[in-house]
Order: sequence, then C-alpha cells, then structure tokens
Amino acid sequence: MLADLQAFVIQPFVDYGFMRRALLGALLLSVSACPVGVFLMLRRMSLTGDAMAHAILPGAATAFLLYGLEIVPMTLGGLAAGLVVALGAGALSRLTVQREDAAMAALYMLSLAAGVMLVSLRGSSIDLMHVLFGTVLALNDEALMLIAIACAISVSTLAILWRALVAECLDPLFLRSVSPLGTLVHLTFLVLVVLNLVAGFQALGTLLSVGLMIMPAAAARFWTTRVVPMCALAVLIGATASVAGLLASYHAALPSGPAIILAAGFVYLMSVFFAPRGLLTRIPRTRHRTA
Amino acid sequence: MRAASSPQLQSPQFQAPKLKSTQSQSAAPALTFDDLTLGYDGHAAVHHLNGTVELGSLTAVVGANGSGKSTLLKGIVGALRPIDGSVTCAPGQRIAYLPQLSELDRSFPATVGDLVGLGHWPRRGLLGRHSRDDRNRAKQAMMAVGLEGFEKRGIDTLSGGQLQRALFARVLVQDADLVLLDEPFNAVDAATVRDLVALIQRWHGEGRTVLVVVHDLDLVREHFPNALLLARRPIAWGATDETLRPENLLRARRFDEAWDEGADWCAHNQNNSTGSLVRADRGAA
Repeated sequence: MLADLQAFVIQPFVDYGFMRRALLGALLLSVSACPVGVFLMLRRMSLTGDAMAHAILPGAATAFLLYGLEIVPMTLGGLAAGLVVALGAGALSRLTVQREDAAMAALYMLSLAAGVMLVSLRGSSIDLMHVLFGTVLALNDEALMLIAIACAISVSTLAILWRALVAECLDPLFLRSVSPLGTLVHLTFLVLVVLNLVAGFQALGTLLSVGLMIMPAAAARFWTTRVVPMCALAVLIGATASVAGLLASYHAALPSGPAIILAAGFVYLMSVFFAPRGLLTRIPRTRHRTA
Repeated sequence: MRAASSPQLQSPQFQAPKLKSTQSQSAAPALTFDDLTLGYDGHAAVHHLNGTVELGSLTAVVGANGSGKSTLLKGIVGALRPIDGSVTCAPGQRIAYLPQLSELDRSFPATVGDLVGLGHWPRRGLLGRHSRDDRNRAKQAMMAVGLEGFEKRGIDTLSGGQLQRALFARVLVQDADLVLLDEPFNAVDAATVRDLVALIQRWHGEGRTVLVVVHDLDLVREHFPNALLLARRPIAWGATDETLRPENLLRARRFDEAWDEGADWCAHNQNNSTGSLVRADRGAA
C-alpha cells in the first residue's frame, strides 16, 4: 500500500530528471507568483493578470522572430513589453482622468494585436501555441535559473514593500498623506506581476501562468481573513496543485500546464463550497450570538 | 518639509478681504496662505485666500456646499496643486488628514488594529519596527475613542460611527502637529460627536493646530474659538462670534455654486508666474 503510494507519488520524480526540473520550476513559481496573486485579488485587479499576460506577447514574439525559440531573449522581450503596458497604464491612470482598467485594456489589446501580427509574419500557429501554453516538462537550466531569479526578486521585494503595499491597498489616500511611496509601490507591484508572468511563461505559457497566480489566491480568500496566512495558504495551494498536476500529467499522459491549473481549479471549487467562508459553511446561518 | 516659497505676489487690481486672526502674532504661524487660489479645470474653488493659521489654534472651516472647504484642506495637504499663490506649512510639522470621502477599502482583510496601526507610519516608515510602546500607544488610542476590545474586529464589520472612531484613533497614533479633519461628524450619532469633539478639544489643549470642516454652526459656536467662513472667496475669518455674525452668513449665502463658463478671467494673476508646486508626486485627489 505504502509502496504503491511511493511508486505513484515519489518514483516519477526519482526516476526522471525532467520531472524533478518541472517540480522545482513549478514550486518556485508557486512561492513567487501566489502572494502576488493575493494582492492582485485584494486590489480587485484579478483580471489585470490576464491582461498583462496578453501584453507580454509582442515582446516575446519579436524576440522569437529575431532569435528563434531562445528562452533568454524571449523572457527579456516579454518583460519589456509587459513593463511598457503595465507602467503605461499605471502612469496614465495617475496622470489623467482615465481609470487604470480602461488604460490597461486599451494598451494590452494594442499589445496583443501587435504580438499576433508579429507571430504571423513568420512561423506557424504551433509556435504561437508554444508561447501561449508553454511546456513545463521541457525546462532547461536557463529557464530554471530565470524562474529562480524572478522568485528571489519577487519575494524579497514583497517583503521590503509589504507595509506600504498593505497601506496602499487599505487606504491609498492615507498613504499619500504620510508618504510619497504610494505611486512607486503601485508601479513596483505591477512590475512584479509582469516579472512573475514572464518567469512562468516558459513553463506554463503566458495564459496558464496567470492561473497559477490567481487561482490559489482566490481559493485562499475563502479560508482566512488575514493577509499573511492568505499568502502562505495560496503558496501551499499552488505547490500542491503543481505536484498533483505534474503527477496527473505523468501518469495519464496529459499536458502538464493545463493539468496543474485544473488541479488548482479543483482546489478553488472545493474552497468555494466547503471552506469556512464558502457556500456551505458548517454553522447554520440562523445561529447567532446575542451580542 | 514643504518648500512653497513663491515670489511675493503683488496685485494692484484686487485686494483680498482683510482677514485678521485673533491670536497673538508672536509665534510663527502653522499655516500661511499667500494669495492661495485652488480649483479644478481652471475654475477657482478657493479664490485668493490670504492669512495665517496660528500654531495651536482650533479653527472651524464653515460654508455652504461647494464653498471650497474640502478643496482648501486638499490644498493644505498637497493633494491639489495651487492654481495661484501658495500655502506654506511651518517647517517640521507633521500633518494628519482625515478626508471627507475616504478611499478606505473596507473589503480589504484588515482588522481595526491594522487600521489604527497605519498611524505609526510617520514615525516608523516603511521598515521601522513597531515597538511595544507603539502597540501600547495604539491600544490607548483605541481606548480613548471608545473602541477598546475592537482590535481584532474586521473593518468590514464596523458601523459608520465606529469606523469614524477608528480613524480618529489613527489620527491620535499619528501624533501630528497639524490635524485636518474634513466633515468628521457626518453620519455620526450625538454621543459619538460628543466624544469626537472632546478629542478635538484635547488636541487643542495639547497645543496642536486643528482645522475642522463643520456644518453645524451651533457646534462651532460652542466648541471652536476660531472660524473661517468660505464662499469660494473668504468671507470672514477670526473669532467665531465675529465670523458667524448674521451679516457675514448672509453674505456667504450669496454665491453661485455653479461654474460660470463665461466668467471673467481673474485679472489678478496676469503679471506673475504660476503657483508654486506642492509635492509634485501627488496627483489630484
């Protein structure tokens, strides 16, 4: 029994290097992206992740046209395009009457159209699929290194800016009245979003890396009312989904990226129904204290 | 802290109403308004305000809706750049500002303790550790506003009055020299108003400079030594009894709230440069 379990859960990672690399990459991404996702969610910017994922495309596509399927140029290209859109939208919303969602929608559509145009200039739709959906099972050293660097930057930046980020979410006007950091914190946060999406796109693709960022965060919201535990829980959910997804992918010969996201989606749906703050809470609604 | 020294503005054409503060002129003023004009889209909402707010004074800012009260506070705190003139804050003063329309996100998973704890920012900043003293200070502030035991309550569970008390506790923690409160008594019951007024009096007693936008004139007469009556332009400013005399109130009522697209350009600023910048990093609120 225990041996079966061991054979099912542990052995694939023991036997195959590509599984170990995939596991390491996915776990690093969970540690890095899930807390960022929590703040995206709490700032009501959950869909921003999706928009930013599209915004990355022209940068990655340009690099792909110039250098082929090379991880470093594509990452840097994606980072550049994402930063232009994120910082552009952030700046537009702070300097003009335009709200950030509208500015971002306009800029990311522009970016996406440019990206699709660029990809169509050369290459087939299979290349595009590769950019959009990634291949976690084919992570090379360079890709792993980039993920590790992004993870280190993301976690340390969050730790340093934590107090300002919480203040900026909770009461931005107050933060503005006591500190000039507000705008900087917001823009830095957008940079982190882009960084994590770019780090994830080789492994999971641009679209699925959004899923790993947002879904564990959305699930964790049902379980706790404090920000720190929420981030920790989101990382845990992301890591669990990564392991489960990779195993499902290995045993059932499924594509790994969607398997990981579906595993996270399963946790999300379970949370929706069964978490303490979910739909079917154990305490009946009519029961209450007198004061 | 804030450099706002624009060149002295000379205006032969227009003389702002002569406003006198009743307090002694010996100490440096907490705030100096030098021909301050604030507004939106080129329309003045506060028009050529001159005068000073003395250190340690308690002033009620009164006037009808649209008379420029909130705009003035935004100008002081730097959320709005002057169109013309300047507002100068005495150097080294810490400001606490409670806006009328808070951007507080009540759905954010924070406790009352977290909210009050934001008040540590001016002393601790981004990375400074919150000491035991800090935590005690926050605890005492919550006790002072009658929110003892609310520390772990989520802010989404507070009533309007409780939230206002929590925000006052945050001002207490901020320990500011200049306190700006924009209509803090809105939608607050009589008992809470009484408690909050007592806090304002306490700040006044501690020598802090306090500016409060208030609508209830009886409250102003009872508790505020000084008043500034605005109707876009300053109508009267000084001792409350003087300021709130019937003829002043009548004059304050005679102003048109609507913008006049055909209004004449104010001749006042034709021969000088633009107003000074106050903290350029802040956008319009």
